[in-house]
Amino acid sequence: MPSLTKPLLQASQLAVTFRDGRLELPVLDELSFSVQRGEFLCILGPSGSGKSTLLRVLGGLLPASRGGVHLGGQAVQGPPPGVGLVFQHANLMPWRTVQQNISLPLELAGEDLTAASQMLELVGLQGFEDSLPSQLSGGMAQRVAIARALVQDPQVLLMDEPFGSLDAITRERMEDELLRIWSTQRTTVILVTHDISEAVYLADRVLVLSPRPASIRLDLRVSLPRPRRQAQRYTPQFGALAAQLRAAIESPA
Amino acid sequence: MMKTQSNPLAGRRATWALLLVSMLAGLLLWEGVVRSSQLPAFILPAPGQVWARFLSALGDGSLGRHIWVTLQEVVLGLVSGSLFAAALGYLLARSPRLERMLAPYVVASQSVPIVAIAPLLIIWFGPGLFSKVLICALIVFFPVLINTVVGLQAVPQDLHDLMRSLRASRWQTFRLLELPAAMPVFLGGLRIGATLSVIGAVVGELVGADRGLGFLINLGRGGYDTALVFVAVFTLIALALTLYGLVLLLEARLLWWQRKSQTSEG
Repeated sequence: MPSLTKPLLQASQLAVTFRDGRLELPVLDELSFSVQRGEFLCILGPSGSGKSTLLRVLGGLLPASRGGVHLGGQAVQGPPPGVGLVFQHANLMPWRTVQQNISLPLELAGEDLTAASQMLELVGLQGFEDSLPSQLSGGMAQRVAIARALVQDPQVLLMDEPFGSLDAITRERMEDELLRIWSTQRTTVILVTHDISEAVYLADRVLVLSPRPASIRLDLRVSLPRPRRQAQRYTPQFGALAAQLRAAIESPA
Repeated sequence: MMKTQSNPLAGRRATWALLLVSMLAGLLLWEGVVRSSQLPAFILPAPGQVWARFLSALGDGSLGRHIWVTLQEVVLGLVSGSLFAAALGYLLARSPRLERMLAPYVVASQSVPIVAIAPLLIIWFGPGLFSKVLICALIVFFPVLINTVVGLQAVPQDLHDLMRSLRASRWQTFRLLELPAAMPVFLGGLRIGATLSVIGAVVGELVGADRGLGFLINLGRGGYDTALVFVAVFTLIALALTLYGLVLLLEARLLWWQRKSQTSEG
């Protein structure tokens, strides 16, 4: 639950402009927000609104043109430790087994590999240790990706439309799975999505981005009780929150 | 289920049987042409005569010596050419600027046929082993270079991002991502290089040499020993096929994960 203590992550007047020769394309426009430790934040925006760019900046993969990001009080310059990344596609290495994919971060850091087995269990993939990514379904592959992102017990999990390529039923199952994992691991999650219902279902708080150049249109607290259940989607409170988000997305600039 | 499991093996057997049949047919055709045309042996020797010449050349040890010479040239050329090509390919893939600078030279070097510059190389470096290895390496260089660059450029950006976010070192990124990811395309280049290397060695030996299978062809031609020319040509084919097969074996060893995933989907 969010608290009044110092925020874990703070973005201040974050701006990104892409340059291609003389062309200038402003993508992010003076974004400021903070994320509390343990919070589940969804960033909601239409396609091409710069959501992924924002996530890349938060993860230190892309430098901001102006402004900056602080994680745990430290300015982010390049990828900081303690950040787990989950991509839209599972993004696994096809020549490594499930177990080896999950233990990749540990191997790179020269750490003990046993944590990989616990993560494998956490995402419910016991028995698939030695399978190759090509032998997994889309949902299973994304579980591996989540396990890989969590294996070093990161301070924050950055997820870029992680369930965007899954079918609707698998998607709902994965959302529940993610909430279960989040409630046991107590990590902070920042998840980018263009799905209003997904944002309401998962988040403590939703930031709505405007079309490019992205600024924050709405910062909405989702006070639905936890643990969440799929049936909540059909309650009036859920509908009201979704309608509020939709209005913010569709409102003209 | 049992049927689908035994199928690949049966298919392989059928392939071998077909190969055997086509080879026998070829030999029969050859024998038929020799008998019906009554061409003298120095124009077209019969299969039996070539076989006898093969046994005699093998028996006095000369064939073995020539094979060994050519084999050394081919393998040394292939290995050194591929190593240089892989190293330069890595640099080119890492630096687009360097690629733009060097690309014209690389392409230009390929537009000159190796046959045309082989005499120069023999003049400069003598008729010994070194000039042949150099010719082999040069001919192997281009396809391996191109495939190294293409293979490295095809590594998904998301996996590069993943490695960066995990703070992987340059060496870790190479060893754990770029090397395995580029390997399939690189090995495709090596496959082409292996057969080209044999051509390179023969070209070098035809231009100037006193040993090797290319020299053996020259020797047979000079002495109207056409059966010997056939022996040398067939040996070269066998050599090229063996090398090609070795690269295929290497692929099977290194790319096991591709085959396993294919069979699982079938």
